[in-house]
Amino acid sequence: MAKDVKPRVKVPSSAAAGDVVTIKTLISHPMESGQRKDKDGSLIPRSIINRFTCDFNGQNVIDVTLEPAISTNPYFEFDAKVDAAGEFKFTWYDDDGSVYEETKAIEVA
Amino acid sequence: MKMRILAGTCALAAFALSGLSAVADPADDTLVVNGEIQMITHTDKAPDYIDGLSEQYSGWHFREADTRVMQADDFDNPGMLGVEAATEVWNAVDGSEGKACASCHEAPESMAGVRTQMPSFNEAKGEMYTMEMYINECRAERMGAEAWDWDSSDMVNMTALISSVSRGMPMNVAVDGPAQSYWEKGKEMYYTRYGQLELACSNCHEDNYGNFIRADHLSQGQINGFPVYRLKDAKLSSIHNRFKGCIRDTRGETFKPGSPELIALELYVASRGNGLSVEGPSVRN
Repeated sequence: MAKDVKPRVKVPSSAAAGDVVTIKTLISHPMESGQRKDKDGSLIPRSIINRFTCDFNGQNVIDVTLEPAISTNPYFEFDAKVDAAGEFKFTWYDDDGSVYEETKAIEVA
Repeated sequence: MKMRILAGTCALAAFALSGLSAVADPADDTLVVNGEIQMITHTDKAPDYIDGLSEQYSGWHFREADTRVMQADDFDNPGMLGVEAATEVWNAVDGSEGKACASCHEAPESMAGVRTQMPSFNEAKGEMYTMEMYINECRAERMGAEAWDWDSSDMVNMTALISSVSRGMPMNVAVDGPAQSYWEKGKEMYYTRYGQLELACSNCHEDNYGNFIRADHLSQGQINGFPVYRLKDAKLSSIHNRFKGCIRDTRGETFKPGSPELIALELYVASRGNGLSVEGPSVRN
């Protein structure tokens, strides 16, 4: 398992109904491409986050496939329309099978 | 004769145009981090004891707009990952004395202002100390823990944490008293040409800042933003690591991080930025 993997998410705490809010996510991860070699000349195995999804109240907002060329600590910024109060659920899938999850609630004023 | 005058006018016009497009000039922009920390990234006048700089610019002004924006929000600044990691270490007990940084210093915010004075003369030890040395002194003598390597991620992250609580405060290293001999030595190094390319720090960072070096803009080489998150390395970089890289680029034999030469140079270069805000951890190319 990749070390020191830690997801971070920034979602506004409240919004007006129908508002489009900006969401920022970042996960600390080495994103080892599988193309590099170590000092002995042997290949460093690929270890990346290969999929990222965000759901709002069970409905999918974004579903991303990540490729090996994406840099360390992948960062995503996207917009979502909020019709009602609820919970954003963020999920990152690691090559090694690990799944990292984070949730953020949003109120509708 | 008329032709020559015409040619001269053309050259002038071209010069004026390039001035307008401002490709290489320091960006006319202001930095406010998290919408609350006002940064001094430009001053009209360098300190009196600095010859050769009429005004000071943080390296932030020489970066592209997207890189500049990255530093304006802690969430977008990847250097803050190092700060977060160091905050955990700050609170973790390590060493034979059963102490964490927090045992004596409480919250990291108690370190506010420390970065503005680094490096400083350590009276008890009788020598110039950088932040790395103060951290290791604490670890070895008060925590009974192993000293960190100068460029280890633990060390660089900890300097990022301690810098981050001083952000916005102006750099103010002492250059007189016991620091003076170190400062003179650093100044001499700054103007000494090194390596096969025979380049002094001043040749790039004083004579040519704002101009291109290959595809990049030369900054004034200010260190108020250190440690910096370098996008090309995707990690935080220490001051001495950067010095080493610069000297290597002159095709010279470099000094080691933590060597007396680089400590003296750090003091001198820091004093060139006295008055600029602490930005560490900043974001650069």
